[in-house]
Amino acid sequence: MEGTMHADAKIRAETGTESGPRGPGCSLRHFACEQNLLSRPDGSASFMQGVAEKSREQLIRNTCEAVVLGALHPRTSITVVLQVISDAGSLLACCLNAACMALVDAGVPMRALFCGVTCTLGADGTLVLDPTAKQEKEARAVLTFALDSVEQKLLMSTTKGLYSDAELQQCLAAAQAASQHVFRFYRESLQRRYSKS
Amino acid sequence: MAEVVAVAAESLAGSRARAARTVLNQVVLPGEELLLPEQEDAEGPGGGGERPLRLNAGARSRVRVVCGPGLRRCGDRLLVTKCGRLRHKEPGSGSGGGVYWVDSQQKRYVPVKGDHVIGIVTAKSGDIFKVDVGGSEPASLSYLAFEGATKRNRPNVQVGDLIYGQFVVANKDMEPEMVCIDSCGRANGMGVIGHDGLLFKVTLGLIRKLLAPDCEIIQEVGKLYPLEIVFGMNGRIWVKAKTIQQTLILANILEACEHMTTDQRKQIFSRLAES
Repeated sequence: MEGTMHADAKIRAETGTESGPRGPGCSLRHFACEQNLLSRPDGSASFMQGVAEKSREQLIRNTCEAVVLGALHPRTSITVVLQVISDAGSLLACCLNAACMALVDAGVPMRALFCGVTCTLGADGTLVLDPTAKQEKEARAVLTFALDSVEQKLLMSTTKGLYSDAELQQCLAAAQAASQHVFRFYRESLQRRYSKS
Repeated sequence: MAEVVAVAAESLAGSRARAARTVLNQVVLPGEELLLPEQEDAEGPGGGGERPLRLNAGARSRVRVVCGPGLRRCGDRLLVTKCGRLRHKEPGSGSGGGVYWVDSQQKRYVPVKGDHVIGIVTAKSGDIFKVDVGGSEPASLSYLAFEGATKRNRPNVQVGDLIYGQFVVANKDMEPEMVCIDSCGRANGMGVIGHDGLLFKVTLGLIRKLLAPDCEIIQEVGKLYPLEIVFGMNGRIWVKAKTIQQTLILANILEACEHMTTDQRKQIFSRLAES
């Protein structure tokens, strides 16, 4: 399913050989890029950087797989293409929200909506929801949760930093409360869309 | 996809689940659960409006409801799986609770049995044509599925031709199959579409609106220019008028109809009729 329009180009990055991009002094991992891999959307690209196990794409994919009714579309691949226009903090949560809206717009059958909420813990234990990039950098721990719309159950969580068990529960509760606002916004924007027709 | 569901109706609404009746024509979101109304007790077998004696007093009356696109059965409730407006159609012959479905706006077509669609022939292999209908896989069309086609008298279909046909097999587990004849063996308007004209894509909701019984848009368009038009339920429209310019004007109007209000549309039509 198309996220945004991309330019159409056919370039293939060179696949790494032994003496490839990881030469002496170069600290970048192996790149792989493929463009125009889907015929249906106006354009598409796939970019893989390194082989990190918990990459952002994998997290979003696992969340989507938990809510999409894939059994209704066997032997079909659903591709979500996300393009970052600007990163002002809480990027993963924003990506999750965008992915959910795109799936709803495409008419993919889902068993619930989902949203992403990021929260940070400061050095003194203060909890900040939906942090800016600066707040994320200065925080002691950054936690991102994906919650579903039916009972605010936890679909995915990814955390970075140092925090205690009680703090985790506190962040989760705050995120669940915040997700209500996100779902209300979803409902309002979808109602506005359907009121035009 | 419609499932015939026999549900036990509940009179109490859950904290999250709402009665379907209260949500009619409103926007519903995926994940919501809907309760079905309890059926009014019809007259008993003896006639005269007597209530029949029930052996098990605890059992509620059952309503037979057809669960249409965008809804799934979930226990004894309906689970909404697509975003859109909830619609309901009363049963024609009085039995059952009618049909509930979600009117959603989407661009992607999923093949449904019985739908008439416009396809593009992409390959010819042996006895079968592969036709792209906009779904996740191409549909297969046998060369014998045309009016008057026999093994010796093959239809004149080339790769790249436009076909108007209907699905005879269309479910999630099998490759869709389409034919260009109806059950009596007559073409009934189906078959290869002529070579001129323009094919363009619109959303599925617009097609359903244009194919509704009293669509004003089509009547107004017909008064503008003489034209030939074919609607495919997969979001494709083929249009042909006398000149290329008229064809392009019609295509632009139909594409823009989605976003225009009735007044704007009437304005544009009156301006075109003058020129």
